[in-house]
Amino acid sequence: MKKTMMGNYAASWGAQLARVQVIAAYPITPQTLIVEKLSDIVADGDLDAKFIKVESEHSAMAACIGASATGARAYTATSAQGLALMHEMLHWAGLARLPIVMTNVNRAMAPGWSIWADQNDSLSQRDTGWMQIYASSAQEILDSTLIAYKVSEKVLLPTLISFDAFFLSHTMEVVDMPDIELVDKYLPPYKPDYKMDVNDPRSFGALTDEQYYYEFRYKMQEAMDEAVDIIKEAGKEYEKITGRLYDLIHPYRCEDADMILVTSGTIADTTNVAVDELRAEGKKVGNLRIRVIRPYPKKEILEVVKGVKKLAVIDRNISPGYSGIFSQELKSALYNEVDIPVRSYIAGLGGRDVKIEDIKDMANDALKNDAPNDLIWKGVKL
Amino acid sequence: MIEIRMHGRGGQGAVKASFVLAEAAFQGGKYVQAFPRFGVERRGAPVEAFTRIDDKPVQIRSQIYYPDGVIVLDPTLIEVVDVTKGLKKGGWILINSNKKPDFFDFGDDYKVYTVDATEIAVQNRLGSRTAPIVNTAIVGAFAKLTGIVTIDAVFKGIDSSIPRFQEENKNAAKQAYDSIASG
Repeated sequence: MKKTMMGNYAASWGAQLARVQVIAAYPITPQTLIVEKLSDIVADGDLDAKFIKVESEHSAMAACIGASATGARAYTATSAQGLALMHEMLHWAGLARLPIVMTNVNRAMAPGWSIWADQNDSLSQRDTGWMQIYASSAQEILDSTLIAYKVSEKVLLPTLISFDAFFLSHTMEVVDMPDIELVDKYLPPYKPDYKMDVNDPRSFGALTDEQYYYEFRYKMQEAMDEAVDIIKEAGKEYEKITGRLYDLIHPYRCEDADMILVTSGTIADTTNVAVDELRAEGKKVGNLRIRVIRPYPKKEILEVVKGVKKLAVIDRNISPGYSGIFSQELKSALYNEVDIPVRSYIAGLGGRDVKIEDIKDMANDALKNDAPNDLIWKGVKL
Repeated sequence: MIEIRMHGRGGQGAVKASFVLAEAAFQGGKYVQAFPRFGVERRGAPVEAFTRIDDKPVQIRSQIYYPDGVIVLDPTLIEVVDVTKGLKKGGWILINSNKKPDFFDFGDDYKVYTVDATEIAVQNRLGSRTAPIVNTAIVGAFAKLTGIVTIDAVFKGIDSSIPRFQEENKNAAKQAYDSIASG
């Protein structure tokens, strides 16, 4: 059934449809509405879950880890400083191989104090062993939550779903809510092979010497590799019940493109519109939205970009001292495989609006200039 | 696609108005997108909110810079904010005012409409006399002005997005629909 809702509520309803059993959360703008709505849903009896109020985000993730270890489907949501405070626990959830799903509303790290969109919070958690999805619509937020549990519970890795503060979190749009009967078939209850159970005692998180730890890491990598195909399958299966297909990457008008823009998050949607306008001006430009950055869909990206003359990446994030993070990832994927010049742009940090004209400016700049460039600041005011 | 920018003051319900407007269009079968200008909300300070309405899902995810129409919830804003900034030539301005449209001079490029949403809200006991809630009246006037949504869609939008005083809100929308003045 189609309804209007803000992106934040799409996350809440996604968790409700996934029938999460434990929600442990601490409020932080711009995420707060997500767990506020979930607390209403639980209080109204529309979801049979335990809602745990905790004293910090670190505790929220600790509670999710405990819940997930007992075999419960666990959920939380956070933003920026809250996600950073969870950092230690994120590694724990990853290495403990717990299929927790978390929503992160991408918000700039402070200072300067900011509540606006920026991907540095979640990309700082890139190496914690979580799969990472970047959504570009409210519909995708809801759908991704369901698909994420399916994938996470299969490969036993947690998933972080991120989306831009305000551009999605507080924007109302039309969302098609799938029927719960269909969702229940798609996402049956979580049944782990091993769980923390007082009637069947086992050791979890025990001391792991050098004879074993190394293989833990190997197994985690193996799970990430397997996740690529499992994300695709889970996406196709989801398409069967809803008609909506999600993949690791979403190319738009890339088939015959001379140049492809590489984007993520809400900038990617606006870029589709910019691409239509550039095409109308006779410029053969495409847009490749990276939806999943972990596992990194290297093979899939190479497949799309291999014949193209040039690539231009737009990053709403930066690794200070080097460059945009999606740009680094892309260049490392190209190296040894294909020789395509990449121009890398930083835009929209701290929620600065990225307009169609801005994207066209970057595209035109990249079309004009053949030299690769690691770092171009779009619209910096000095 | 039609793009609408809403000017109000913090606490006046401009964001809610953009949502009610979008909800009415959605009930009329459209795809919509509505969002506030992402600033720091302060009571009384000028605020902006945006609504996009289209026949297909809306993909633009930046603010609205070249609106087809603007809605001004508080006419005193006209003195402090350039409400016609970026407004397309031939665009419309809907002002909550008890004045006739020709009281406002925006030149020949735009069409001005007025509706006394404040008085309509007060009559229907929506909010208080000092802080009337004008958003449903404004949406009623918008329906008449643009024809993009029917008054029935506005009623449905009120049913689905406003939890209380639905009859009063519908009356306000209908009164505004019937009383909007064009310049």
